[in-house]
Amino acid sequence: MAVDRRQFLKVAGISTLLGIGGKTAFEILSPGRLEASSQKIPLTTGKRWAMVIDTHKMDEGLIEKCIEACHREHNVPNLDSQKEEVKWLWKEDYHHTFPNQQHRFTMHDIIHKIVPVMCNHCSNPPCCRVCPTQSTWQRDDGIIMMDPHRCIGCRFCMAACPFGARSFNWGDPRRVMTDDSLKESNPDFPQNPEYPTRCKGVVEKCNFCAERLAKGLEPKCVEVANDKKEAAMIFGDLADPESEVRTILNERYSIRRKPELGTEPNLYFLI
Amino acid sequence: MYDGGKIIVGLLICLGFFLSPFFYNAGKAAKVPNPQLTEIAKEAQTCVMSKDYMTTSHFTLLDKWRNTVVRDGERYFKGENGKIYYKSLQMTCLKCHANKSKFCDQCHNYMDVNPYCWDCHIEPKESE
Repeated sequence: MAVDRRQFLKVAGISTLLGIGGKTAFEILSPGRLEASSQKIPLTTGKRWAMVIDTHKMDEGLIEKCIEACHREHNVPNLDSQKEEVKWLWKEDYHHTFPNQQHRFTMHDIIHKIVPVMCNHCSNPPCCRVCPTQSTWQRDDGIIMMDPHRCIGCRFCMAACPFGARSFNWGDPRRVMTDDSLKESNPDFPQNPEYPTRCKGVVEKCNFCAERLAKGLEPKCVEVANDKKEAAMIFGDLADPESEVRTILNERYSIRRKPELGTEPNLYFLI
Repeated sequence: MYDGGKIIVGLLICLGFFLSPFFYNAGKAAKVPNPQLTEIAKEAQTCVMSKDYMTTSHFTLLDKWRNTVVRDGERYFKGENGKIYYKSLQMTCLKCHANKSKFCDQCHNYMDVNPYCWDCHIEPKESE
């Protein structure tokens, strides 16, 4: 049966309409999406999470509050030993944080300023490239996640990370519950019954509070910092040009840690 | 056979030694596991899947949950009854089955399996 031009255009037109209708219907009726929206899950597709830290507003006391809140939220033990310490969020002075962004005559106040540091959730993460089990990987929304189930404790990621953002569990973190010397500094460990601890032999680090983002909450440190000082830490989506993070980066001068290494950190510091 | 008597006696002793666990436990049936439900679990009447599936394959489900939650960020599960559950061992499973020693451990001990879930995931505090 021969199809003339007119018939072909009719069929093509109708199928195009159906195609569009079909896709729309699919998106509306697709149970996954509906369920997600009914549960208020922020669909992170297309998002690019980043954090802006205002170093003028973050004083040492506030940073310590954020650290404590973060470590309580994620059951991070206080091990009182530099070799064994586990840290997700910690404080560091400017000249250690930004070694190549200073000179002999940089203002004294800046050089000795204390800033909060954590995993940079780099866009070009060296840790993920070296992980032999894909235990750490980059999510579509930019978060560098850890899957402790898969971690074999090889510590390649710790060697690869130029920011020291990763900690190794040299022993079972739960020893702080029984060890007499550690009991005192960890009175109510594990503090958050809704989050697991880790076990001996795995690496851990900041996860940008992925579990809180899934509930539509901001990361814990951001919540605590902003509670005390408005806009001290700003968390948001870099992919959205209208977002608060993009607006502030457009208005204020910002720096990142060790930009010369090309890891493209997603933590921005307002100086 | 030189020293046949000694060899045979020796063999019998060895045989007796190897079989001793059977003699020791003969006639004693191991305690059949009897998992207990908490009041909350009884009230809910149904788990996320049918009882049969959960009995035989809860570990398959948990494995799927952990992979989809951690790796894909999919945190909700639609149960057989159409209800939507938050996929979490610590927060969903153990909220109902808060009696780990009388629920989980019953069969795990009987079957001599040692799941390492509890190395990291926090067990509920039991009242006794």
